[in-house]
Amino acid sequence: MAINTNGKTAAKAEKPSKIGGAASWVDDRLGLATATKKQIRKVFPDHWSFMLGEIALWSFVILLLTGVFLTLWFKPSMAEVTYLGSYDQLRGLHMSEAYASTLEISFDIRGGLLMRQMHHWAAMLFIAAMFVHMMRVFFTGAFRKPRELNFVIGGLLLMLGILEGFAGYSLPDDLLSGTGLRIADGLMKSIPVLGTYVSFFSFGGEFPGDDIVPRLFTVHVLLIPGLLLALIGAHMLLLVYHKHTQWPGPGRTEKNVVGFPMMPVYAAKAGGFFFIVFGATALMGGLMQINPVWKYGPYNPAEVTAGSQPDWYMGVAEGLLRIMPGWESELFGYTISWNVFLPGVVVPGVIFGAVLLYPFIEAWITGDKREHHLLQRPRNAPNRTAFLVAMMTLYGLLWAAGGNDILAVLLKLNLNTITYFMRVAVFVLPVVAFIIARRWAISLQRADEAQLLHGYETGVIMRSPEGEYTERHLPINAETAYTLTARDRDQVFELPAGEDGSGVRAPHARMDRLRAKLSKFWFADNIQKPTREEYEAAQHHAEHELAVHAGEAHSADGHQFDGRHDVHGEELRKH
Amino acid sequence: MSHENDSTMPVPGNDDAAPHAGTPAVADPIANPGLPAHQPRPTDVDKAAERRAERQVATMFGLSALMAILFCVAYFTFEIGENPDTFLGLGASNLALGVSLGLALMLIGIGAIQWARKLMSDVEIVEMRHAIASSEEDRKDTVAALQQGAEDSGIARRPLIRNSLIGALAMLGLPAIVALRDLGPLPGDALERTVWRPGMRIVNDVSGAPIRPDEVEIGQLINAEPAVFFETDPEGEPLVEGHELQAEKAKAAVIVVRMQPRDITPAAGRENWGVEGILCYSKICTHVGCPISLWEQQSHHLLCPCHQSTFDLADNGKVIFGPAARALPQLPMGLDDEGYLVALSDFTEPVGPSFWERGE
Amino acid sequence: MRFLSTRLSAKRRSPLAGVVVLLMGLLFTGGAYAVLSPASATDDLASDQALVDQGRQLFLVGCASCHGRNGEGVVTKDGTQYGPSLVGVGAAAVDFQVSTGRMPMAQPGVQAPRKNPVYNEEETRALAAYVASLGPGPSIPTSEQYDPDAIPEGEREEAIVRGGEFFRTNCTACHNFNGSGGALPGGKFAPTLIGVDEVHLYEAMLTGPQQMPVFSDDVLEPEEKRDIIAYLKSTEEAPNYGGFGLGSLGPVSEGLFAWIVGIGGLVGFAVWIAAHTTRSKKGSQA
Repeated sequence: MAINTNGKTAAKAEKPSKIGGAASWVDDRLGLATATKKQIRKVFPDHWSFMLGEIALWSFVILLLTGVFLTLWFKPSMAEVTYLGSYDQLRGLHMSEAYASTLEISFDIRGGLLMRQMHHWAAMLFIAAMFVHMMRVFFTGAFRKPRELNFVIGGLLLMLGILEGFAGYSLPDDLLSGTGLRIADGLMKSIPVLGTYVSFFSFGGEFPGDDIVPRLFTVHVLLIPGLLLALIGAHMLLLVYHKHTQWPGPGRTEKNVVGFPMMPVYAAKAGGFFFIVFGATALMGGLMQINPVWKYGPYNPAEVTAGSQPDWYMGVAEGLLRIMPGWESELFGYTISWNVFLPGVVVPGVIFGAVLLYPFIEAWITGDKREHHLLQRPRNAPNRTAFLVAMMTLYGLLWAAGGNDILAVLLKLNLNTITYFMRVAVFVLPVVAFIIARRWAISLQRADEAQLLHGYETGVIMRSPEGEYTERHLPINAETAYTLTARDRDQVFELPAGEDGSGVRAPHARMDRLRAKLSKFWFADNIQKPTREEYEAAQHHAEHELAVHAGEAHSADGHQFDGRHDVHGEELRKH
Repeated sequence: MSHENDSTMPVPGNDDAAPHAGTPAVADPIANPGLPAHQPRPTDVDKAAERRAERQVATMFGLSALMAILFCVAYFTFEIGENPDTFLGLGASNLALGVSLGLALMLIGIGAIQWARKLMSDVEIVEMRHAIASSEEDRKDTVAALQQGAEDSGIARRPLIRNSLIGALAMLGLPAIVALRDLGPLPGDALERTVWRPGMRIVNDVSGAPIRPDEVEIGQLINAEPAVFFETDPEGEPLVEGHELQAEKAKAAVIVVRMQPRDITPAAGRENWGVEGILCYSKICTHVGCPISLWEQQSHHLLCPCHQSTFDLADNGKVIFGPAARALPQLPMGLDDEGYLVALSDFTEPVGPSFWERGE
Repeated sequence: MRFLSTRLSAKRRSPLAGVVVLLMGLLFTGGAYAVLSPASATDDLASDQALVDQGRQLFLVGCASCHGRNGEGVVTKDGTQYGPSLVGVGAAAVDFQVSTGRMPMAQPGVQAPRKNPVYNEEETRALAAYVASLGPGPSIPTSEQYDPDAIPEGEREEAIVRGGEFFRTNCTACHNFNGSGGALPGGKFAPTLIGVDEVHLYEAMLTGPQQMPVFSDDVLEPEEKRDIIAYLKSTEEAPNYGGFGLGSLGPVSEGLFAWIVGIGGLVGFAVWIAAHTTRSKKGSQA
């Protein structure tokens, strides 16, 4: 199999070009030619959903750039100073150096406010892009073998990104970020046995102390970015090693990857996208005010503002905290605050654990040990799709619950009613969403099968000599038909004979029975692609049908140019 | 061309292996037809279209450079600071810098992508995947090398060395933990008490003015603090300041409210904790510690703006809604000789969020 | 002229004369109030018997059904207040409730929202005079009390900073850091403070309308109230330094915009980047 290296003209080897000269200089010293010769023309498939992770990557680069700018002026100190800067409404107040320097960046450094706002918007986009990227990977089954570990790395990146965001949100030491830290302090204190110690060691004494901002600063600019950078490096290396997944289609198989080469097409597209993300962030920073810290005022533990919310990515934890009933129990004189510990620590931990383990859980249920490089359409994995839809529903509900006060004001609803509704809805609606999404996906599978076997609906109504009306179906073209069939045939895991009866118990009998049940639930209702015999039978039927209309010798009017069949000699007008 | 070769490639779609051993492979209904023929773009065949696209891309790059210059102009043109220039009620400097920088970047990006879409070769090329796993031979060699290494070290044959090494490495965890001991002081009973003392005046927050009952009307809310926060030592230095003040405030902040005495149902032992319908409660939510002062004077409910816990101040601060589990602590209150509101004691229970050791 | 005066004197003893004189007196006093400084006259609104009487007439028609014929309040069968007693609420409460349109309520509900006022300025003054006559209560503040412009130029900046401190301590919990308003339990809400007249801000603090607590002048002194108003007005006039305010509702609206504008826009670009360009017909036949 010769790999086509495209290019309309072959590269001339005789005369060393400028590029050649520079490349040999480098290669003489680093010997990179062997390692990079394949990578330069490395193929990336083209699809919009493959660029979501790129948004996250480029946002991270923007965060590094704008973040470095901010550190030039930001003073991570909680020492008390008197503000004497340009913002009239706060001049003369006592505040921490951190807050005063944030005001300085906002009002006395030209472009400082822009950088601050870009940094904040990029942080929001960073995490949002990781979310949508993860959703894409999940919906299309791209996390399956051999990419499970890269999925886990992605999950860790998301978790670290959220922590990083929270640390950054807390740095300016304004009223809102202080309130956020106050809540974090409450969460720490709710941990059984260790709670007060965790709180005192984090804050360097009693909340708020004067250590937390410098400590969070180090975490925010050194520790977590370092980890993020390392994990992003690993994520990208694995991406290069595994090669990108691709959608099935004519010429696209499990054994190849079809797309555009790294140099020049992908470099231009990905590089161009970097500038677009950067530009969009700059436009947002210039046009949309974010986190106006000067309006919140310096942190004061006796003050609070209505609408005290964390940034959106903490909204789920906030929603959980808000709708949790006030449960607390006392055991042998010790207090366990379930009302804080469960929603603040346990549930987020369980959700993250479940996300990280999901690829392994699904592989165990399906018993699928093959490598997968072709993506699945969401409809072809109805249970997985439905599971994620249910999770998205839950996420959305908790997110809304986290903003219940804003919803109450904007939609003129009763705050308490929203909370009561959410307490029930978080259990009910995800199940409803699961059932609907699952049936929906299976219906789409049916529609695909109908297209494959009976052709597409032309919208042309035919009247037979007997007076019967039928809609004419025409076969879909070969490429589309192939693409529809290019997917796995699902195999329900069957219990090995003898294990389900009263015979000798195999060591894993109980697990196997559970697995058989799950596997049946997972696959049994799916519509499988037709066998070759079924497909051929359907083709014969279609040919027969076409033959009936053979006398017409042309396709139905209006359908000459739908791109699905040959139009030679059927042009309506010459040009 | 690649797509011609592809159709003859012996890769049977994706059903190349059955998921479980023993299940028969079913033939695919349709064979892979191979990559469709490449169709050129207008810019590939039409010189005029090509030149047009070239001009488009160059124009975008040119405009980007212009925007970069505008950024520099805006940087020096627009005032910030005390008398900032404004445009439509927005800060002019931030707006101009953001828009010019955004467009400068975006035009480069759009230009580069337009270049790739219209002018760079768009023939899809095929790269074969390699096996992710190493070859069987390599694996064997690696395992053999590992075993050789283990064998040479004798780690399996010398359990004494192995176990003592594991023990030593495990012990290294201790210094790592112990070294963090000085991150903060031990909690002790710091959370159990506040700065409130018997006879300490309850004063208005911000102004520090003491409060007389006759100044407080029915329905009044006073955000108050202990008087010690406003007192100074003989040298004129505040008694409590800096982060110590913040930490004490985080526990000692209170609200004073006045209701119709007939509406109040004090719990046993709390009958004398108020003055003529004036009561004093902790301002720190028992849920996770937000300061609460959203008082509804007619319903006597106090709402926390963070997580909407609602307390009934006419009924001993009982929780009536939301995630908080415990009633809001009440500060016993009386009058001093001059007729000002004072605390009769510290809070009788820890204020703020629950913690493990808070039980009786 | 002579003709007119004889006719008037002839009818002086007619039973209608008293009413005419009363009406003219009312008109005159009303006009005089409007022309002469109205603020300084508010203190003794209740001592103007004619105004009180006019207010009582208006009260009986528009307010008594809920607040009782003598403003004593109406209690429903189950003991809850239908309309609270107005004895002692003072002219300030009436001026706030009526001139912001909150009273009379369009229908009974958990909260009277702001709407277009039903009574004009003069009728409002009459109602205020009548209610003030029911019992001593806070009077309508004078413009020196609430107007930030009355603060001497040299002290204004300091006053604004102090006002911000009072604002964040006493007001933001319900009305939000920007004065944009916030939610309260049971479908109630703290209304926005943006664009509210200075006098109404002052009266609200003074009288504690509806669920809002009272901030009496003895505890939150008049200058402190004026400082709060000065702070609010100064932030209202300040530019949005960082761009459009997105409703000034805090991180929730920011998150929404990050998703819709940010992720939405960038995904749009991604679709464009990966979309296939148009194909040439000429080429396919070549």
